[in-house]
Amino acid sequence: MTLDIDAILTNPDKHIIVCTGSGGVGKTTTAAALGLRAAELGRNVCVLTIDPARRLAQAMGLTELDNTPRAVAGISNGSLSAMMLDMKRTFDEVVESHSDPERAEKILSNPFYQALSSSFAGTQEYMAMEKLGQLRAQSQWDLIIVDTPPSRNALDFLDAPARLGSFLDGRLIRIITAPARGAGRGIGRIAALGFGIFTNVLSKLLGAQVLADVGNFVADIDTTFGGFRERADATYALLKDSGTEFIVVAAPERDALREAAYFVERLNQDSMPLGGLILNRVQEVPETGLTQDQVLAAAQKLTAEGEGQLTSALLELHAQRMEIKERQKHLAMRFTAAHPNVSVQPIPALAQDVHDLAGLREIGEALANQGITW
Amino acid sequence: MEVEGRQGIAQLFDTPPLPYEERKIAVAPGGGEVWALAVDTEDALLDYLEMFYKLRRAGSALSKMGAVDFATTIAPGLRDVLLTGKACEVVKRKEKKQENAYDYVILDAPPTGRITRFLNVNGEVSGLAKVGPIKSHADSVMSVIASEQTAIHLVTLLEEMPVQETLDGVTDLEVNGLPVGGIFVNMTRPPQLDATQRSMAIAGQLPKSEIENEISQSGLMATPQLIDALLTEASDHAERVDLEITEFERLTQRGLPIFVLPLLPSGIDLGGLYELAALMTASGIGEE
Repeated sequence: MTLDIDAILTNPDKHIIVCTGSGGVGKTTTAAALGLRAAELGRNVCVLTIDPARRLAQAMGLTELDNTPRAVAGISNGSLSAMMLDMKRTFDEVVESHSDPERAEKILSNPFYQALSSSFAGTQEYMAMEKLGQLRAQSQWDLIIVDTPPSRNALDFLDAPARLGSFLDGRLIRIITAPARGAGRGIGRIAALGFGIFTNVLSKLLGAQVLADVGNFVADIDTTFGGFRERADATYALLKDSGTEFIVVAAPERDALREAAYFVERLNQDSMPLGGLILNRVQEVPETGLTQDQVLAAAQKLTAEGEGQLTSALLELHAQRMEIKERQKHLAMRFTAAHPNVSVQPIPALAQDVHDLAGLREIGEALANQGITW
Repeated sequence: MEVEGRQGIAQLFDTPPLPYEERKIAVAPGGGEVWALAVDTEDALLDYLEMFYKLRRAGSALSKMGAVDFATTIAPGLRDVLLTGKACEVVKRKEKKQENAYDYVILDAPPTGRITRFLNVNGEVSGLAKVGPIKSHADSVMSVIASEQTAIHLVTLLEEMPVQETLDGVTDLEVNGLPVGGIFVNMTRPPQLDATQRSMAIAGQLPKSEIENEISQSGLMATPQLIDALLTEASDHAERVDLEITEFERLTQRGLPIFVLPLLPSGIDLGGLYELAALMTASGIGEE
């Protein structure tokens, strides 16, 4: 089953495309190429990338990307903007918009908040979703394409609402913040049973100062917490909505396909709308009606006769490519056997890397090409 | 050792999924052995509590309440400190002359873009804890990672973006005083054509009739499909090889040792691992 990407890109009811997959498979480039194609099909698109290589920004004619969408020039028909997520800045803005200035100041200077906002595992994923919610709320774009971080935790944002909730509503936070809240209320029986053990172990692990910082942070954020939670819930609902499409990106290698399978299963588990799998760097080989063995035998015959060095090299090259293609096809077939409902779009390996809009456009054409025989 | 819960080692070595336990997974000619450990944050935390505070039971109780998730949420660097801490514990066995010591400990770390943050555990916890137990644990981890006992190798493909990321990664590591070892260039394709042939292939000037004759001589039919296929593939290959040469030169300018690994057309399996290992040995890796 192939993936009809143009049907998704031109569907006016689709407003969000999330590209996910492991690192090194061309995910960000794919997101940019999808954005360009959608724009030239008439959509007003914003591409939100997490950590783009400088060359990708240059390919779009931008000297650099920052936390504000920048318009890409040279687009016919619709429009294209691109931005890069600044995790800390985005988190700060959320705090500022939900607190009075005095309280915001207090939160922003809390050491625990600073660590949380700059390196909390999952903050990047969560802030990407927050930014997505913000962009969606502005009416300037009718399609937002977002690229997720290249880690196994890339789908942590799906858990963000639940995690945030269990973190701030949890029993442990109540124990820890007891001093800041005025001990007594809410600790109840757990405290009677194990207060000593918990604070003992946690302060051994984290240190007393950290616990105090956390306590202060939670006390300060208590009033703004409702806002956090509502936004996380709203973004989760937005992702699950039929206006969203998830695209998994992979390369035809064992590791990358294993990660793709993991992402597909995770998305299914949460009933997220999955558009399909884009398989980059696929080896294409022109059909010649010959088998790999026939080609290799011919190359060997020439070499043995001590002639035709060039032709023999060309034949060997051809045979090598046939072998790579066979292996890749085998891997892709195994993926499809395990996930028969996932449509797969193969993208041929390009001889050159992407340098400009023309390069991105070429990838966009391959993305939409229903006739790639592979 | 692997730390991201992918079970990549087990798949490569064709063994059942690895538990949090050191297991022998391969032997080598000459009597060498390879052991593997898939590190899990939760178990690493329990280990840590046991080792330093004899608190395994309390740790297990906390674990059941989701406290590990909680602790790693509160202290973002904690997870990395526990993972790298486990690696350092294994490394230190040798100088402590303990029984289950190894000659080399190889850690499959997170991707290049996150490597400095992952290894620079001091930086990660310093904003959070100026003193205290995590801080001292981080210091002890750092005394191994930032020492000459450690070499951080970066693995890349010969494409513009990964090469750029690798060069940026090297700079990042150096700025933070972390010891860079070498660069592994993976999945390279040996050039089938020499430089003259490549420029002719790109310009579409390969001698077509000569190739046709030689094809007939080789016992194949010189069909237009075959000739076109060979010429197209030659030009494609030539462009790619030229690009790879340019990227390779950018890497060599850093002056670090470079190890080149070929693309194995049959893919990577256990046999492929032995093949790559033999190539690494032949290239002199490990001989300081």
